[in-house]
Parts: sequence; structure tokens; C-alpha cells
Amino acid sequence: MRPGRSISLPRSVGVLLAKDLLIEWRTRARLNALVFFALATLLLFSFAVGPDTKLLARNAGGYLWLALLFASVLALGESFRVEQENLTLDGLRLAPADARAIFLSKAVGNTLLLVALGALLIPVMVALYGVQVAMGPLPFAITLLLGCMAISAPGTVYSAIASNARARDVLLPLLLFPLIIPALLAAAKATALVLQGDPMEQLGSWYGLLSGFNLIYWGLGFALFPRVIED
Amino acid sequence: MNTVLQLVSTTAALVSVALGIYLGVKWAPVGSRFNARPALYAMTGAAVALLALGSWMGLVWTPPEREMGHVYRIIYVHVPAMWMAMLALVLNFGCCIAYLFKASWKTDALAEAAAEVGLLFGTYGLVLGSIWGKPTWGVYWDWDPRLTAMAIMLVTYVGYTALRRFVEDPEKRAVWSSVVGIISGINMPIVWKSVQWWRSLHQVQSTPKTVDPDMVLALRVNAWASLILLVLFLLHRYRIALATREAEVALPSALPTDTRANPSEVV
Repeated sequence: MRPGRSISLPRSVGVLLAKDLLIEWRTRARLNALVFFALATLLLFSFAVGPDTKLLARNAGGYLWLALLFASVLALGESFRVEQENLTLDGLRLAPADARAIFLSKAVGNTLLLVALGALLIPVMVALYGVQVAMGPLPFAITLLLGCMAISAPGTVYSAIASNARARDVLLPLLLFPLIIPALLAAAKATALVLQGDPMEQLGSWYGLLSGFNLIYWGLGFALFPRVIED
Repeated sequence: MNTVLQLVSTTAALVSVALGIYLGVKWAPVGSRFNARPALYAMTGAAVALLALGSWMGLVWTPPEREMGHVYRIIYVHVPAMWMAMLALVLNFGCCIAYLFKASWKTDALAEAAAEVGLLFGTYGLVLGSIWGKPTWGVYWDWDPRLTAMAIMLVTYVGYTALRRFVEDPEKRAVWSSVVGIISGINMPIVWKSVQWWRSLHQVQSTPKTVDPDMVLALRVNAWASLILLVLFLLHRYRIALATREAEVALPSALPTDTRANPSEVV
């Protein structure tokens, strides 16, 4: 590239995302740890509640999102630790790319990771809790995508902050959990409807809430992220 | 009688708040040789006088409510506490935005003060509401949208204050807490509107427009007293935050210079 010319936002997002995914794929450590952590969480719920399949099937949506939320704390915490280790965040800031591209690539990367994790957990849920997916794969995929996006946008901003602070392992859940309660509620309700059927046509309003949440927090993250990582 | 009392309480509150801010911040800033104590004492006196008047009005002067009887009287402290919490958190939101546009230790100190005082008033209001809920609803806590939204918002501000404790670099702390403050502030309209969006157990906001005319004056007097208390707390906390910040920012130059930063000094 000629000097002095900056890369367009979509292109830098693509390059950064490809870099993160490549690192992820080469180590696969984070993905493995996440899968087993989330599986253990799902198993623990069935032990905590007791072997009541009806109860487990009724609450399966909530358990799935709690497992994803707990796993997301690990995933988000790790996403900036990679950049911290060899001071590569400074390198990214020096590159002729927009700081907002770093936000978008990290948030998209975290969303992809969580969606993949959620897709892996469904067969486990079917086996462990005896749930049936009443409404087919498409509404389920939409719920999963919207919910994971809602966790990732504020989560990416907060993990960038927490990764530099003292007591970062405490700080991220402390900041993130209360903030995403509305999204968690909507995602759990929507998943329950997808699993058990939606005779009252309520699914659309939960999608609306999730989309509004995503719109606000992706917008805020996009606007505020450059200030978070500036020196 | 009502109009006179209203005028007296409003004037007393506004004058003491304005005087307190002027003398406490402008005229006698932290470290100056002038003393802001008389202004702060005068505000305390005005707050105590108005609180005494408001308590007498709330407990004795106003009639009991038709259905709840005397139990309703807690609104004279619960409602002003929640108003003040909202006011302080809106101030925090404003300071967070202002800091990102123009960095200033004063804005940062005021944001810190506003978040903590808002958290204090919000928790106080929530506890008062629970005490009222037991005889009225039969339970201390109900998962009503208003209660839940308020509790969630308070926990987000607990996170905000925790963040301020966990970051040592004052400049980074100021920027990051401004970002977190803006993100947390988005909750506020949801809390305020929750009683109208989801009509459930909690009644709509008690404002001078929705309560009985006999109760308006007592509510107003108590609200003015709470406002003076709020500003008093804010002033104290702001001066502490500013003094802390000055100590933090001045500290590095007082320390022996880092030899690594200046290779020529390495022997």
C-alpha cells in the first residue's frame, strides 16, 4: 500500500477479524475451554434443579442463556488479553486503521464465537433436558444471533476497560451482568417460545426488544470505543 | 397560608443551594485560605429547618390517605429520595458526556460525587419503598418492573463506583468511567417510564400533579429539604474528590525521577 493512505472501515474490520479468527483457529485453546465450561454449566443446572425433566425442559431457555453468559465472560476477557500480552494493542493503534474497526472486529468475533458455542449446546440440551425445538431452526438462529450480539457489544467495550484495570476478573461481570439483564430476559423468553411453540405470537415483541438493545449498544460502543483505547 | 409556606420553603431552598454552590466552589475552592464552612453550616441549618417543618407537615398536618391510612406518609421521604437519586444520576450522565468533550478534573470529580450520592439516595429510597411495601402489598419485595429496573440501575452504578476504585491511573479512570457512566445512564429513562409502560403493582410517579392537593405542600417542602441535603452531600464529596485528584496528579513529580526514563543518568 502507498504510504499515507488509510484503509476503509469495512476492509480493516475484515482484516482484523481474519487475524483474530486465525489466532483463534491456530490455538483453539479458548474455544475448547469455552465449550467444556458451557457444557459443565448446563450439567450443573440439571444437578442443582434435580432430575426433573419437565422442569428442566421448561427452563431450558434460561439455562442456555446463563451458560452462554458465563462462558461469554471468559471469551470476552480473553479477547483483549491476546492484545495485551505483547503490547499488540499499541501496534493496532499505530496502524492506519480506524479505532472503531477494532471495536467492530472484536465484537463481531465475539458474536461469532458465542453463536458457534450456542449451536454446539443445543444438541446437548436436547439430550440432557429432553427439550424439543418446536419452531424450527430459523427462529432459533435469529434468537441466538440477536442474543449473542447483545452480549458482545457492551461486553467488548467493558472487556477493553477491564483488561487494563486491577481486579479485571471481578470487574467485567460486575459491569456487564446488570447492564445486559434486559437482553438476557428477552433472549431467554424468546428461546423458551422457540422451544415450546408460540401460540400467542409474542416472539416478535421480544425480537423488537433485542433489536432495540443491539441498536443502542452497538451504536454506543462504536461511538465511544476510540476513547476507551486511546492513550 | 399554603402559598406563603410554599414561597418561604422554595426561597429558602434555592437561596441556600445557590449560596452554597457559590461560596463552596467559586469563592472558597479546596486549598484556598478562605473558609467555606459558614456556607456549608448555613445550608445544613436550612436543611434541618425545612426537614423539621416537612416532617411535622407530613406526619401531623396532612390528612391520612383514604385507603392506606397513615401508612402512605412514607411518600414524603421516599418520593423526594428517588427524585434526588435521579437528579444526581442525570448530573453524573451530563458530567460523563462533558468530560469526553472537554477533559477537566472538576468535571471528573463532580461525576464521581454525583454517582456516589445518587447511589446513596437511590438505595435509601429503595429501602424506604420496601418498608412501605410490607404493610401495603404484603411483601417487602415484588418483582415489579419499576422495582426491578431501579435495582438493576443501582447495581450498574455499583459497578461504576467499583471501576473507579480499580483503576489507578487518574486520566484513564476519568475516561473509562465516563464511558461506563454514559452506557449506564441509558437505563434512566427506562426506570422513569417503567410505571407507565408496564402497568403493574407500583403506582404511577407521585408528582405534585398526581397527588391530592392537600398533600402537595408537604411533599414540596420535603423535596426542597432533600435538595439542600443533596447539594450539601455533593459539595462535600466533590471537594473530597477534587482534593484526592490533586494529590494523585501532583504525586509523580514529588517522587524521585525514574532513571529508566532518562538513560543519561544511568551509571
